[in-house]
Amino acid sequence: MAEKMELKSTEVWDGNYAAAQALRQAQVDVVAAYPITPSTPIVETYGSFVANGYIDGEFVMVESEHAAMSGCVGAAAAGGRVATATSSQGFMLMIEVLYQASGMRLPIVLNVVNRAIASPLNVRGDHGDMYAGRDSGWVQLDAFNAQEAYDLNLCAFKIGEDINVRLPVMVHQDGFVTSHTAQNVHPLSDDEAYAFIGDYKPVDEMLDFSKPVTYGAQTEEDWHYEHKAKQHRALMDSYVVIDRVFEAFEKKTGRKYKRLETYMMEDAEVAILALGTTVETSILAAKQLREEEGIKAGVVAPRVIRPFPLNELRAALAGIKCVAALDRSCPMGAMGALYNETCGALATIPAEQRPLVTNFIYGLGGRDFAVDEAKRIFREQKGHADVGHITTHVQQFSGLRGPKLGFYESKRS
Amino acid sequence: MIEIRWHSRAGQGAVTGAKGLGDVVSTTGKQVQAFALYGSAKRGAAMRAYNRIDDEPIINHEKFMLPDYVLVIDPALAFTDNITENDKGTTQYIITTHLSKDELIAQIPELQDKKERVHVVDCIQISLDEIGRAIPNAPMLGALVKVSGMFELDYFLDSMKRVLAKFPQKIIDGNMRAITRAYNEVQ
Repeated sequence: MAEKMELKSTEVWDGNYAAAQALRQAQVDVVAAYPITPSTPIVETYGSFVANGYIDGEFVMVESEHAAMSGCVGAAAAGGRVATATSSQGFMLMIEVLYQASGMRLPIVLNVVNRAIASPLNVRGDHGDMYAGRDSGWVQLDAFNAQEAYDLNLCAFKIGEDINVRLPVMVHQDGFVTSHTAQNVHPLSDDEAYAFIGDYKPVDEMLDFSKPVTYGAQTEEDWHYEHKAKQHRALMDSYVVIDRVFEAFEKKTGRKYKRLETYMMEDAEVAILALGTTVETSILAAKQLREEEGIKAGVVAPRVIRPFPLNELRAALAGIKCVAALDRSCPMGAMGALYNETCGALATIPAEQRPLVTNFIYGLGGRDFAVDEAKRIFREQKGHADVGHITTHVQQFSGLRGPKLGFYESKRS
Repeated sequence: MIEIRWHSRAGQGAVTGAKGLGDVVSTTGKQVQAFALYGSAKRGAAMRAYNRIDDEPIINHEKFMLPDYVLVIDPALAFTDNITENDKGTTQYIITTHLSKDELIAQIPELQDKKERVHVVDCIQISLDEIGRAIPNAPMLGALVKVSGMFELDYFLDSMKRVLAKFPQKIIDGNMRAITRAYNEVQ
């Protein structure tokens, strides 16, 4: 029987420690891990919890991230509750197995502490790894601070393990800016947290010898397509369960999560659309601009990246005048992914309700995103809104040294 | 909002100091943030740590800061690092040094128009004497408590005992003496 840990109602935790505590409270059966900055403290802390008797589970040290996720797949197929953590290059090495996990419908929880991808080598945060996971068939939840990294980990088990979902779930947090920044965190007690998540109920577990099953079979053209379509549908339909889990979490804690978070959008004329800690910094900028300059600024942020909240996004943006989609990942030869998905959503509403949409690439490799820069972007969008067209390049680089870099002009006739 | 910037070398305990301070401040019902900029820096490399303290939840995640307090826990960094960066005109400086305040200011031109905002304390010597190792973070917190008036010393000592609870009693006692000495000796 695992020992319980006494927690205070207010702890000062960084995002990594908050995630490790949530994994402990979930009483994960198997963590197979290979450490990588900045996610290392999650599995390091978890390992110490196991060694000190706070978890009835196995900590498996492996030789690579590919092996880590492979170990997770094996343990999940065997019938265990499974989790791990990674970042950046480690995430890239895991990618092949991420698709295996989702295709086999194994509810693994993966903490991705977002970090830039080499080359050049860089340990600091951007969203390159998070973006690389977006076609992998996992539910992707995005935390904007340490509290949310804790909360969303608890929700992740409950979402992924639901019989109507049975999919793996990533919980993203920003490398260093969240993972290594200590803030006030209000944890649940061990008993409350475990009761919220509930016991794991395995489905078709390989260790049930009375009912032999096969995982990861070959299908070729006769069934592959149907399997993938079914998997896509499961992910698309998982929003029902996500909403239900967020509702239950709010009842338990008072902390409300939505698949698409909106801030000050009721009367907004211009908006920033972003992910991660940038969301909160932008909220602060919007508040200041409303007070200081009367600019009706708002912020929109996908809490759930997959399944993408397309309905909610077009509802939130319909009728506003200009929105800047901020991508913290270099799209290399295209517009940013958040920009593209936003424009796709907006293409399905009447033209007169569509805002102008611009794209900013920013914050690569941990480049600071400052409140003043968020305010500058809001003001620029207000400028576009006032004249009714985009007066800059459609894609710009925010916070880049050297000459201004921009691509594409808007076409007005 | 109170903002604090630590100048330190990796391994001197600025991150632990910033987190410890955040921990204590949170017990007064305030919101705190503690973070560092060090990336893959090696032990001994110059690095910075930061605190924000406010009554409202802190949603500002930028690294840019106009500090209310600058804490320099390595003596050489007062000379080699840009410790007056983003000075806001009221920024208070607490600098670890074996020099007197006048001797130190005489050697650092940037401090000469900020004399009344500069405070000195020898955190290295204090930690060597009281803890037995050059870990200047705890005494710096004692000096900050004095200069800022943020806490009563006794309240701070009691709270730090809780933060340090995982350490042997000898270490805790040493830290308590170091904090108290710096509180009394900072000028």
